[in-house]
Amino acid sequence: MSATLASPRFQSPGWRAARRFARHRLAMAGLLVVVAFVLAALLAPWIAPYDPIATSWTRIRKPPSELYWFGTDENGRDVFSRVLWGARASLMAGVISVLAACCFGVPFGLLAGMAGGWVDAVVSRIADAMLSVPFLILAIALAAFLGPALQNAMLAIAISATPIFVRLARGMALEAKTAEWVDASRAIGNAPAVTAVRHVLPNILPALLVQATLAIAEAIIAEASLSFLGLGQQPPDPSWGSMLNGAQRFLTQAPWMSIYPGMAIFLVVLAFNLVGDGLRDALDPRAEMR
Amino acid sequence: MLRWLLKRVGQILPTLLILSVLIFALQQLMPGDPAVILAGEERGDAQVLAEIRAELMLDRPVWQQYLAWLGRVLVGDFGFSWRIRMPVAQLILEKLPVTLQLGLMAFVIAVIIGVPAGVISAVWRDKPADWAANGLALAGISMPNFWLGIMMILLFSVQLGWLPPSGYVSLAEDWRQSLATTIMPAFVLGTGIAGVLMRHTRAAMLSALSQDYVRTARAKGVAPAWVILRHALRNALIPVVTLGTIELGRLLAGAVLTEQIFTIPGFGKLIVDAVFNRDYPVVQGVVLATALIFVLLSLLADLLYMAINPRLRTS
Amino acid sequence: MKTKLTVAAVALGAGLLSVAAQAQAQALRVGLREDADILDPTLARTYVGRIVFASLCDKLFDIDDKLAIVPQLATGYTWEDPKTLRIALRPNVVFHDGEKMDAEAVRYSLNRHLTMQGSFRRGEINTMDSIEVVDPLTVRVRLKVPSAPFLSQLTDRAGMIVSPKAAEAAGKDFGQKPVCAGPFRFVERVAQDRIVVERFPEYWDAAHIHLNRITYLPIPDSSVRLANLQSGALDIVEIAPSDLSTVSGNNRVRIVQRDDLGYQSIAYNLGNGPRADTPFGRDPRIREAFELAIDRDALNQVVFEGLMTPTAQPIPPASPFHDAATKPAARDLARAQALLKEAGVTLPMTVEMTVPTNPELRQAAEVIQAMVKEAGFDLKIVAQEFASSLQAAQRGEFQTYMIAWSGRPDPDGNTWAFLHSRGAQNDGKAADPEVDRLLDAAREENDPARRLALYAQVWPIALGKNRMRMFLWHRKIIVAHNARLQGFTLLPDGIIRPQSLRLN
Repeated sequence: MSATLASPRFQSPGWRAARRFARHRLAMAGLLVVVAFVLAALLAPWIAPYDPIATSWTRIRKPPSELYWFGTDENGRDVFSRVLWGARASLMAGVISVLAACCFGVPFGLLAGMAGGWVDAVVSRIADAMLSVPFLILAIALAAFLGPALQNAMLAIAISATPIFVRLARGMALEAKTAEWVDASRAIGNAPAVTAVRHVLPNILPALLVQATLAIAEAIIAEASLSFLGLGQQPPDPSWGSMLNGAQRFLTQAPWMSIYPGMAIFLVVLAFNLVGDGLRDALDPRAEMR
Repeated sequence: MLRWLLKRVGQILPTLLILSVLIFALQQLMPGDPAVILAGEERGDAQVLAEIRAELMLDRPVWQQYLAWLGRVLVGDFGFSWRIRMPVAQLILEKLPVTLQLGLMAFVIAVIIGVPAGVISAVWRDKPADWAANGLALAGISMPNFWLGIMMILLFSVQLGWLPPSGYVSLAEDWRQSLATTIMPAFVLGTGIAGVLMRHTRAAMLSALSQDYVRTARAKGVAPAWVILRHALRNALIPVVTLGTIELGRLLAGAVLTEQIFTIPGFGKLIVDAVFNRDYPVVQGVVLATALIFVLLSLLADLLYMAINPRLRTS
Repeated sequence: MKTKLTVAAVALGAGLLSVAAQAQAQALRVGLREDADILDPTLARTYVGRIVFASLCDKLFDIDDKLAIVPQLATGYTWEDPKTLRIALRPNVVFHDGEKMDAEAVRYSLNRHLTMQGSFRRGEINTMDSIEVVDPLTVRVRLKVPSAPFLSQLTDRAGMIVSPKAAEAAGKDFGQKPVCAGPFRFVERVAQDRIVVERFPEYWDAAHIHLNRITYLPIPDSSVRLANLQSGALDIVEIAPSDLSTVSGNNRVRIVQRDDLGYQSIAYNLGNGPRADTPFGRDPRIREAFELAIDRDALNQVVFEGLMTPTAQPIPPASPFHDAATKPAARDLARAQALLKEAGVTLPMTVEMTVPTNPELRQAAEVIQAMVKEAGFDLKIVAQEFASSLQAAQRGEFQTYMIAWSGRPDPDGNTWAFLHSRGAQNDGKAADPEVDRLLDAAREENDPARRLALYAQVWPIALGKNRMRMFLWHRKIIVAHNARLQGFTLLPDGIIRPQSLRLN
């Protein structure tokens, strides 16, 4: 470490974090998988062996073979091609909705935790109320008003995930507020917002990263029930969640229909979690001394 | 402290009030005429539909409907289910113990598995135990509940014949049969939440273990390992408490899919059927009940924060 | 480890209990696909509710295997003239509360069905003008107009007789504890969990009742219902076509199947609001092309393992009013394309189809989407939760709508409301004066042969020329039951009747 300190270019914290991340082998593996899935989604038109919506009544629910690596589904469509194409809807639903929930929920949570008093009361009670509105009601109302589109499904998922981030950020902010370094920051006259961003946010980042990477799994699965209700990806276009839904009637008769999209979700979630762990370590200044 | 507690309890009523307005508004946004969906295949007779609307006050302006409902709720009358004509209060009281039992069982399973797994994987970080725990946790999270549920039914009920495939028997009726009917759904629900708790415990433990004083104590060996662990765990608990109370709240609000698969007559099934059938008195009643649960759990979370970190009490 | 131990302990407990359960013989457990609604014959709507009523409430008449009307609480009937029906009642019948089932009770019940606020029976029997008591065992019903379907309405909920004393006392809450004259009486109901009925010893036909108790358990997931049957937790369930292969080799399970009385159809919006005003809604040739692009047999094979019965008319083959000459046209892409060319539309032509959320229907819609694409239609599937879709349909916010009908024994119940211009379920407002005239005439025609001829004239106009609606298939009821269950026959309405059932 002392060697790199000599060159001022390497002193930027962002650069150091990036280097730490790059040394984290599991995190790099995770990143690789994420990138692979993103590439698969982007390149699906060129790399998918079959048209994902081309039906064939002669190859319904055929087990995996050399021709159809992941088998075919209830309408004779190639499961492998659908997994590739489905990555588009599922990754978007998972990542964007969680990012939105995070960006919206965390500032409010920090605000509530730092400010306390009536601000905390209002924000927290709104979060409580949001948690108690059944997802189904939200989904049906939004489906009717916004119509069937993936971004509307993402909106519904984001709305229902937001209160969790509010509560998480608030809880951590409450605790961080009592720490000595926050007192110190206040004492030297830093504005509360500066204190929140500089001193509290880094402290709660690990928990946020964990929650965000976990919420991706939930969002991908939630997109399926939404597409079923007429929000989200509409037939015949695939998403992993709706593939799982369609497979539900054939769990024993055609297990490949559920296993492969399920595996895809698992791999993506695993990869995002590994990346999250890597980021956490990279951004934690103390991790350097391990 | 007492004043703080009173203030918090005082917030419950306005919260429920605002929520009830919100739910009424959302119901207006939802398409589907309750009279038509109530009639179903018998929706043919316009006069009958008009009579139903009149009886259910659906032909009045929303604010009148709301005030009438509020007036009745304030004297403890939650109305009756439009679909099966049972009092909403009775339905809620009937389903509440079911959901409480299932939710608490699932939560206990989640905590028993999730928290120790998180501690173990933080202590033995980047060792096989850590990898295994992480893999299992993430598998538990990404496995859809309906998939795990049906697989368990096929294995334990159809193949092995050990457990009843679905349904519910209350604890009072027969406690053994009651456990037999709830253990599978509780396990399905518990594993998913165990994964969440495990990941949060692990992350928080890692943070706590990297704190200077813990590192020093560990390096010097001044205290036995378990003392350090206990101390670290205590500091790690804030996010675990947050997520734990939220997940418990979600369980008590009804685990829709799992209740559907295992046919457990709890809050989840009640609200889903009520929403699909536009049985609004039931929807309103159940949402208020779950909101009360969420508000109380967030109060519990704050109390737990204070128990963990005494400095919070003063602020 | 802890969980494992618990599982083992619990399993032991469960094992002991299932032994105990077997000792309690003649208790039938029936799996329903959803929870029944209110158990008041006047206010009830759902199909599953009818299954429960089969044990609770006897009706004046019933149907037999060939859809003929047979006596139940009545012993016979005569038409004094086309508008006057005389019904003779069975003597010595009592309700579950010990009250006598007599002409006065019949008069009370029919009037209740006709006049009670919010009665769903009114539409079924509103041709009834009055009912009078002739003597304690005879009633006379006067109709406003001659009505062929009237008698068949008395084979279902409109013919269920309730105890006047209990009904008066309970009012609108009668459904919480129904008191009828059926073979079983109400014991308890836990919403979404179970409905329990027990044998009524004073039942008039007690010789045919061998069960002591029936428990109805609503289990929405088809594969879970099947798992219950396989593990012995249920005795009789309705299953989905995709589950048939799972049990067909199981020798402890018997499968019974037959066509039901209903159908799956696609309603077209032809006159309900601006959405009807499209080439698709205006030009029957385009709709004919749409229909010709669909291969009903392939659809049936792909989605339902070939178990449904493809059709092109609303009357099921089991009915004497089924017109054998009206058969589904074979798929003809060339003709479909020619028709589209003739109609002068630009291809691909976008058509929207509203589909209620149901996995099987969704798959069927996807298959149709792929089929009509080859003819030049770009079919957009609009998945909508059922309540939303019903509202959209009524308001004309649809172009085509995939909707099923559970079916009625009388042909009028499958046709008038859907094809008549004033029909309440004619969501697309299809209208043709000649169709109206024929349907009205068939409704008043009591002679079966002439009635059949009238319906046979409807199809070429309503379905052939005008393409007012497309009929796709008659559904199959597939009932799976424990091999221990004896004496089960599946009637065309799919209702499980407790008479002569026995558990060995």
